[in-house]
Amino acid sequence: MRLEPRLTVPWTLSVAAPAGAIVVSLGLCAILIAWAGAPVLRAYGQMFQGAAGSLFALTETLARATPLIFTGLAAAIAFRARFWNIGAEGQLYLGAVAATVLGTGAIGGLSPWAMIPLLMIGGALAGALLLMGPTILKLRLGVDEVVTTLLLNFIVILFVGLLLEGPLKDPMGLGWPQAEPIVAEGELPKLFAGMRLHLGFVIAVGFAVVLWFVDRRTTFGYAARAVGLNPQAAAYAGIGVRGVMFRVALISGGLAGLAGVSEVAGLKGNLTLDLSPGFGYSGIVVAMLAQLHPLGVVAAALFVAGIFVGADAMSRAAGVPTYIADVIVASSLLCMLVALLLTRYRLRR
Amino acid sequence: MSPRPSAQAEPVLRLRGITKRFGSLTANDAIDLDLHRGEVVALLGENGAGKSTLMSILFGHYVADEGSVEAFGQPLPPGDPAAALARGIGMVHQHFTLADNLSVLDNVMLGTESLWSWRSGRRAGRAKLQQLSAAFGLQVHPEARVGDLSVGERQRVEILKALYRDARILILDEPTAVLTPQESASLRATLGRLVAEGLSIIFISHKLDEVLEIGDRVVVLRGGKVAGQVAVAQADRAMLAGMMVGRTVEQPERRPHSPGAVAVALDAVTVLGEAGRRRLDEVTLSIRAGEIVGLAGVSGNGQSILSDLLAGLVRPDAGHYRLGDEDVSRAGARGLVARGVGRIPEDRQTSGVIGDMTIPETLIAEDFRARPFSRWGVIDWRAARDFAGRIIRDFDVRAERPDLNARLLSGGNMQKLILGRALARGPRFVLANQPTRGLDVGASAYVHQRLLAAREEGAAILLISEDLDEVLRLSDRVAVMFRGRLQLADPAAGPVTVERLGLMMAGQGFAEAHHAA
Amino acid sequence: MVDWLDMLVTASFWLAALRIATPLIFGTLGELICERAGVLNLGIEGIMVAGAFSGWLAVYLGAPLWGGILVAMAVGAAFGLLHGVLTVPLGLSQHVAGIGVTLLGTSLSYYFYRMVFPTVTEPPRITPFQPLDLPGLLAQTPMTYLAFILVALTAYVLYRTPLGLAVRMVGENPAAVEAQGIDVTRLRIGAVMVGSSLMALGGAFLTLSAFNAFYFNMINGRGWICIALVVFASWRPGKALLGAVLFAAFDAFQLRLQQLIGGAVPYQIFLMAPYVLSILALIVMSRRAGVPRALMIPYRKGER
Repeated sequence: MRLEPRLTVPWTLSVAAPAGAIVVSLGLCAILIAWAGAPVLRAYGQMFQGAAGSLFALTETLARATPLIFTGLAAAIAFRARFWNIGAEGQLYLGAVAATVLGTGAIGGLSPWAMIPLLMIGGALAGALLLMGPTILKLRLGVDEVVTTLLLNFIVILFVGLLLEGPLKDPMGLGWPQAEPIVAEGELPKLFAGMRLHLGFVIAVGFAVVLWFVDRRTTFGYAARAVGLNPQAAAYAGIGVRGVMFRVALISGGLAGLAGVSEVAGLKGNLTLDLSPGFGYSGIVVAMLAQLHPLGVVAAALFVAGIFVGADAMSRAAGVPTYIADVIVASSLLCMLVALLLTRYRLRR
Repeated sequence: MSPRPSAQAEPVLRLRGITKRFGSLTANDAIDLDLHRGEVVALLGENGAGKSTLMSILFGHYVADEGSVEAFGQPLPPGDPAAALARGIGMVHQHFTLADNLSVLDNVMLGTESLWSWRSGRRAGRAKLQQLSAAFGLQVHPEARVGDLSVGERQRVEILKALYRDARILILDEPTAVLTPQESASLRATLGRLVAEGLSIIFISHKLDEVLEIGDRVVVLRGGKVAGQVAVAQADRAMLAGMMVGRTVEQPERRPHSPGAVAVALDAVTVLGEAGRRRLDEVTLSIRAGEIVGLAGVSGNGQSILSDLLAGLVRPDAGHYRLGDEDVSRAGARGLVARGVGRIPEDRQTSGVIGDMTIPETLIAEDFRARPFSRWGVIDWRAARDFAGRIIRDFDVRAERPDLNARLLSGGNMQKLILGRALARGPRFVLANQPTRGLDVGASAYVHQRLLAAREEGAAILLISEDLDEVLRLSDRVAVMFRGRLQLADPAAGPVTVERLGLMMAGQGFAEAHHAA
Repeated sequence: MVDWLDMLVTASFWLAALRIATPLIFGTLGELICERAGVLNLGIEGIMVAGAFSGWLAVYLGAPLWGGILVAMAVGAAFGLLHGVLTVPLGLSQHVAGIGVTLLGTSLSYYFYRMVFPTVTEPPRITPFQPLDLPGLLAQTPMTYLAFILVALTAYVLYRTPLGLAVRMVGENPAAVEAQGIDVTRLRIGAVMVGSSLMALGGAFLTLSAFNAFYFNMINGRGWICIALVVFASWRPGKALLGAVLFAAFDAFQLRLQQLIGGAVPYQIFLMAPYVLSILALIVMSRRAGVPRALMIPYRKGER
């Protein structure tokens, strides 16, 4: 049994791969659902209903997908350049902190046209700056960015807790550790009356399109791709590998920071400690399912969001623990890795 | 070396009908091969003829699609290096299979004791190693770290690894490719002692002269098939060359040509390494327009760093690098490409192309930031595709489709692509580092022809090569590197021959170590 | 203020330090074995969670404590097999596969916990290992002793047996190992499985010894800290032990300090200390002397 590289990868295979991975993963998780004593097909049906069975469900899924698109793009961009940014969770929170600092009344008298971009820029900067530490450590000292970005997540979350019990605490918050709400002109407007879906979704998709263009058509995208595929050849060709990595890290951190802004100024309204149930890590799964393609990230984010939203409904209806969503997502990641292999190679005797 | 009588008893090794395919490529096609006790068989063929594949099948790295191997009268299970080793077959690989961070003894003893045993018999192992070392004249220090050894010493460790396991058949894959002429002579002596002890040897080579000197019998492979066998005593260069190539390949001739003005100059260039060591030590060299300067030297003496400097990847710590009148020491790779420098890197797969990109994509890697390939940061892919089409046409690159992933090109075609990129715009300086490494005779001749053509069009060319024949044939002048220093082989002091170059490569004529002024 | 210096010489301080060190010793040792063989195992965090949960669950369902240990090791080895198969014969990205294993180990543990206990709010308890009835510093639980023994055992196997030599070699140059007739795939997967079962033990220590119940977010980044500690230890078992103990001492110190200084400094600052310290350890060791040459480079048989 040998693996033989394929000459070309037909696009049909590129789409079939994640689809196949998802199917296999759902199949494996069916075992878990059955073990919990629930009827499998009905449970999956309830999951689908919960994710897409009504306008409300759909908007919930899209709203849930919004931060995932941002963190998915953050991971995809970084991983393409072989920069393992696992710190999107922390960057997200710091972006939310920046939005809170800027947007809860410190700056007054701005119209939404100015306020919202201000919050976005602030949040993106915060996320980017946070990632600078690990980036510089990697480029200057060769310190592996995986562990540093991971550990920073824990530090940032503790820091956020500290802020929420201290300087950022909402005096009107009845004692709960939460920050003041974002002022009205900073809020991302809802897209449908009575639904939680907000402008952040459109912005996220917009970024995906922009990044797709950058990757395919611009010199920066080309350089980033070259560095990710073969850093030695890129260096030989005169591409400044370090500079490229630095810029990629800035963008990656910034995107993750935007996820935080989007959640605070769009969905929740204020910063709390449970702002993110692991969006940063799920973003990695989204990126891999999308094969690091910016437009694929949108589709993959919708899928992952649907799983989580649907699982809540399924849990209530069928008594299956909500963690089934996490299991489905994790096994999708692993199945996707294997599927990727099969797109690039052919099995030969 | 005088021919040895080979015992014509039962062959110790018998390969029958070995066939191996990789996709659409048939690397070995129904090959039969015998080896007799005490015999030295040379497996000759140009790059890509299938020699390494055949020996890898024998040793168990690959499994043949058809055919059988019999060693010492018993069939040998396929795909099982442990079985080959147990049967007494040892292999000295072309790219040494040694762990640099561990000691000589560690490397030798690996795998010789059961993995389930709780103790390691190092003392006995060390004694055995030293005994073998003395018996065959292969000096090594058992506790030395392999990474600190020279190439010749590492090869000795590879050989001792096989002898330690009581090899009776020894396979050597291109053993002299990385040795100086003197070290090669030493290896020949070692092989003589091994044969005297009753070992049988197969060695792979693409060098005709070496084969005529060492072997008893030559088996020539061509295109995966056995093209012929002959006893060395009855063979000559022309016959072997004919069998190897099967057709006359025009070896391009270097026509006399008067060079122009100095196009490239290195002026006392020094590059410092760790602990004040000088990786390049006051290197001075000038190359004129329309001439080829060849640079010989055992790898590791500074050729790579010199090549990186000339390519714009490394800056000199002292001295200057000039193109014409302009000091380009700090120009960087892109600056040099813009100034008309064509570069052919040593390792085409690692540095030359980005394998997972398509041909047009990887071709623009050097100058994608400039016109015509991009404007205001946006890439013009049509211009890239046109450029790629031109190069594929003008440089005879065989690719199934123009947008193939670069990694799927064969070695020869990949090199032609890189050659094309370097030569397409009429460069004034061509840096060619091991341009024909791993290429078959046809592709090599093509590369030589294009380099000579560039010479006649007025390019200044630096040819860095481990192949002394190539250096001597193509170069107008020859220089040698040794321990970071460079010296020209002055024709006034006598004819420039392989022997003279070999002595220089070993250090003769290089001044004493330079002390910081 | 000299109280806290005095604190350093009390037995109770070092008892706590050794207790805190134990999961780190197991985890660092396990990761060290994987990386020596050339495989980065980012699944450590999830494997520790899985080990903590499965060991505890076994005991909750009636197994003896040592039975829980065996179950945890088996679960760890199973995840190790998964990671090994993905990264060695299939040659997939070690980074992504590892993160996938972490996510899978964590999510499966939480899922089964909720499946077995759908409605509990207070985690159910078991009777954990008791400290041995020995004087002073020796009053540790059996698992801590096990950790120390495993350090010695790992060092011995790694440096004095043929198997250990093979493992070290395969992380330096797998081609060298194949050329000597040893199967690279099996060796690497075996090493990853052994390492992963040790990681699971680190998790099980928390539920079977240090505490007596399984909490969400129990592991809390210890796995990642172990990865930093492996670098800090230059991939040597003895240094791994030293590093883990030093780190734990610092952690114990900051816990006591918290109690002494208390209200003046927000408690989160203290909790940050272990993570900051880990990053500092990585920076200090940034020269990375001793990194196995073939770490993270997949080996394809027959490709040279």
